[in-house]
Amino acid sequence: MAIANYLYLSAILFTIGAVGVVIRRNAIVVFMCIELMLNAANLAFVTFARINGNLQGQVVAFFTMVVAACEVVVGLAIIVTIYRSRRSISVDDASLLKR
Amino acid sequence: MLIAPSLIYSLIAPILIVLGGALIGVLVEAFLSKAHRAAVQITISIGTLLLALQQLWRIRDLSSTTAAVNSVTIDKAGIFLQATVVVLALVAVLLIADQENFVAQASAVPGSNEEKNSLQEKSQQTEIFPLFLFAVAGMMLFPVASDLITLFVALEVFSLPLYLLAGLSRRRRLLSQESALKYFLLGAYSSAFFLFGAAFLYGYSGTISLSGISAAAGSANNIFLLIGIVFVSVGLLFKIGAVPFHSWTPDVYQGAPTPITGFMAAATKVAAFGALLRIFYVGFAQEQTLWRPLITVIAIITMLFGSLVAIAQRDVKRMLAYSSIAHAGFLLSGVVALSKDGLVASLFYLFAYGLTTIAAFGIITLVRDSSGEVTDLNRWIGIGKKSPLVAGSFAFILLSFAGIPLTSGFIGKFAIFSSAYKSGYISLVVVGVLSSAIAAFFYIRVIIMMFFTDPVNDSVSVVIPSVKSRISIIVATVISIILGLMPSLLLNAATTYANFIK
Repeated sequence: MAIANYLYLSAILFTIGAVGVVIRRNAIVVFMCIELMLNAANLAFVTFARINGNLQGQVVAFFTMVVAACEVVVGLAIIVTIYRSRRSISVDDASLLKR
Repeated sequence: MLIAPSLIYSLIAPILIVLGGALIGVLVEAFLSKAHRAAVQITISIGTLLLALQQLWRIRDLSSTTAAVNSVTIDKAGIFLQATVVVLALVAVLLIADQENFVAQASAVPGSNEEKNSLQEKSQQTEIFPLFLFAVAGMMLFPVASDLITLFVALEVFSLPLYLLAGLSRRRRLLSQESALKYFLLGAYSSAFFLFGAAFLYGYSGTISLSGISAAAGSANNIFLLIGIVFVSVGLLFKIGAVPFHSWTPDVYQGAPTPITGFMAAATKVAAFGALLRIFYVGFAQEQTLWRPLITVIAIITMLFGSLVAIAQRDVKRMLAYSSIAHAGFLLSGVVALSKDGLVASLFYLFAYGLTTIAAFGIITLVRDSSGEVTDLNRWIGIGKKSPLVAGSFAFILLSFAGIPLTSGFIGKFAIFSSAYKSGYISLVVVGVLSSAIAAFFYIRVIIMMFFTDPVNDSVSVVIPSVKSRISIIVATVISIILGLMPSLLLNAATTYANFIK
């Protein structure tokens, strides 16, 4: 049952991403961790498509790639604006809202 | 062999019209001179929303599961939820049209000469209107989506514009940009959870449609189903701001431009609860033993947490943010009820709560001093003596949030809790009533501050709103009052329309 290994890999990638979002402080790195999580979900979709023997999972993977690209556009726009006004993209420095 | 997809355009016309309006809005940005843009954009936004509402009225009795090749299910509850989103958007767009609240040029660094110049030129960032329409289209698609791809795409289509809109406040721009960053990072994080859960639901059932997931009940891979339900729920519970996925709510509500906060608080809840109701009522209804205890616990924690933490807030927008968290808990009781009554109550509650919320944030935009909006509650002392009408409306809205009889909030809460009671969730009812009592404390404290405390010598004043804001606030408040006095108008409609096609 070698195909199950892809699911384990997907779970490991997802966990690395999820932990990374929580512990890393650079907004760009946090963002990369989120992309890693999306790709882990993609891997799971493709693996399940193979296990289930239909194409729907692979179609979802394509949609996810497009959506992830849109997310990059919006995300980088926000991060660049923050950098221009603060000269820092650390998520710890962005703490005006905590009192 | 590929089969050409067939779309029933007449049924998805409302969504397509709003998307079309948004695209025209983008073209207007490219081709029209600066001076005319604002007026044209406002006209396009209002026009498309009215047209969409008219189309929804036309298809009000139709239903189909194959409106867009099994991806979209148009049914009565779906049409009701779409109409709710469009009505809320119509009320909110008039507030958003008041450009006083939005940044003159989003790309200019706060405090730079570039920003000062653009303020002097009175330039406006009119891109907010297409972004707003894209968000509305996503919110209309989300509650009628009936497969996992469409759900995910709709989730992103309405979230991405909102992340940007949150960062476009005219004043306190650093705060606003920070709230956009927080909203974006946490929102993207939660949608990754949603997608991972969707993958496991697909692995469990071998299909991405909700009805297919429901039909696969009893298959052997229950662990996949459990992972799927939990992760998909995390993504959705984040959007509605349920504890423990609420941490973005107060920050984003406070930082975002106030009209956007109102729109987001009202319409996002409708869309996300619509999708949540459809997923749980249609997709997971067979597996209720797995998720009902889980959602019950989250509902209880959410109600108590929202009500208790709101007491300590000193900022009116943050207070309303925690109050919206508590309301998310009340609404979750309707999801747990898993009955026709629960659905009727949720539909009524979403409409009534949405309108009241937009009115509340609309009024907050009116209380200003020389540097912009005043959201510090201590400076709201004595507003009732400066402007009895505005303060009176705000007091009425707070009473409606608190669920005092003769307001729409009371009817909504009563319907939700009685549906939870009928389904045997007495614990939810007890905690719900208890947290409503706690919540009433801080709502009434604000009313006392406004009316019964002597005003300090302060520069805070209630500005006379522009015609558009005035229409928006008056319409929202008047409908809230009518719904409180004659709830049967909407309750009957909600009863007729509370039906998901499985």
